Amino acid sequence: MTESHLRRTSLHDEHIASGGRIVPFAGWEMPVQYTGIVDEHHAVRTAAGMFDVSHMGELRLRGEYAAHVVDYLVTNDAKNLADGQAMYTCCCNEEALILDDLIVYRRSQDDWLIVCNASNRDKISAHFAKAARDHCEFQDQSDATALIALQGPRAFEVLGALGGDAAKLPDLRGFHFRDAVIAGVACTPARTGYTGEDGVEIFCEWEEAPKLWRALLEAGRPLGVKPAGLGARDTLRLEARLSLYGNDIDETTNPIEAGLGWVVKVEKGDFIGRAALIEIKSRPLLRRLVGFEVTGRGVARHGYPLLDADGRPVGICTSGSPGPTVGKNVGLGYVPGALAEVGTRLLVDCRGKNVEAVVAKTPFYKRPK
Amino acid sequence: MSHEVPADLRFTKDHEWCRPGVEITVGISAFAVEQLGDITLVNLDVKVGDELTTGKAFGTIESVKTLSDLYAPVNGKVVRVNADLTGKPELVNEDCYGKAWMVAIAPSDPGAIEGLMDAKSYGDYLTTAAH
Repeated sequence: MTESHLRRTSLHDEHIASGGRIVPFAGWEMPVQYTGIVDEHHAVRTAAGMFDVSHMGELRLRGEYAAHVVDYLVTNDAKNLADGQAMYTCCCNEEALILDDLIVYRRSQDDWLIVCNASNRDKISAHFAKAARDHCEFQDQSDATALIALQGPRAFEVLGALGGDAAKLPDLRGFHFRDAVIAGVACTPARTGYTGEDGVEIFCEWEEAPKLWRALLEAGRPLGVKPAGLGARDTLRLEARLSLYGNDIDETTNPIEAGLGWVVKVEKGDFIGRAALIEIKSRPLLRRLVGFEVTGRGVARHGYPLLDADGRPVGICTSGSPGPTVGKNVGLGYVPGALAEVGTRLLVDCRGKNVEAVVAKTPFYKRPK
Repeated sequence: MSHEVPADLRFTKDHEWCRPGVEITVGISAFAVEQLGDITLVNLDVKVGDELTTGKAFGTIESVKTLSDLYAPVNGKVVRVNADLTGKPELVNEDCYGKAWMVAIAPSDPGAIEGLMDAKSYGDYLTTAAH
């Protein structure tokens, strides 16, 4: 794809104004950083950060059978959701390999919103559209929907400063959402995120996003809030052990080995991938996604081989970087079940140099209660 | 965006700088530092006495997001290695043209450095290379 085909979100000018460095990402021009990845990372952990995640896909399913269609396509149990509640889930194929990870929002029994990764939008949009055919109404609303994440311990102070509906958001429970008007913009804040911090992700109309972004930034600046880019988003999510599609999970991995068994509900009734998931759960796992700390001098990166203590290749690193808050070089990777115990010694083949690592408890970072 | 390009230095297309002299001191340019972001690790895989070959890696530098090779700008023998960078990689962000020098080389051909870009050429190169 050449650069001229890359799309821009409605917040592009805001990113430029804030000194954002723009890079191609999943078909979009997105800010990778503004002041620096580490600086933005710390801002999110200690104050709050604002992320433009408008590139993500939003799919809407409506009608009497919408709930059934959604539930049939995801591994988690959508039938347990209440109005205004959301859940994280995997979406698998018949082989139980992961097509995408999603958040499913139930507005009402006959009105559902699905948020998918930007890189998977076309695939997931087609998948849901096909399943919806003859059963319920389907609409890909990605092009009309912006999404701003406000994440960090001071996120609700920022919202409080804006008054009105925004000031009432602290009573929104985790993985719940509702319609609101913030800074004059009709929007839908959800108490979700991808950083390991408390906060909200706010949906609004594409063209309205700059107004909302500027209001949040203006209210947040005195509190230490900064715009944060894809770089910090990645280090934050890694410390919190949140999976990144395309790195830690993809169409060669299943949710059980990826440590996402908690979003697989085989007892809920039929859904795509169920039979394969029952089979996978009935036998020992061939491999497991584990967290590790690099104790030697090196940084594990996506794609680096993982070796056992004797130097035999045993797996692969799927994500790795310095963890600015934990102060260590951390990573995720697949290893055989026998090497998945916390404390197991591993080596990371950092471009021909074997660097010591040890399987560690995850998440690497847990926010203080 | 403009980047500091000291007038007394020579530069490579890979954004290493060289300070001319009997020993050629080598580091990476402010442009390179800005592209890399927060530096977290500098591995200089050479010791005093090692022979360097132009264009061959003598170490790696890692930032939060990426790893880059460090390339020898000229042929020659390593005469000094900056050991401070092992424990203080952040020096590269703080003072890339000073405290964060990486190696000093006794060049096999003292004239080789003339083949590198001077500050003006490098400045022009950045305006075309920095998209």
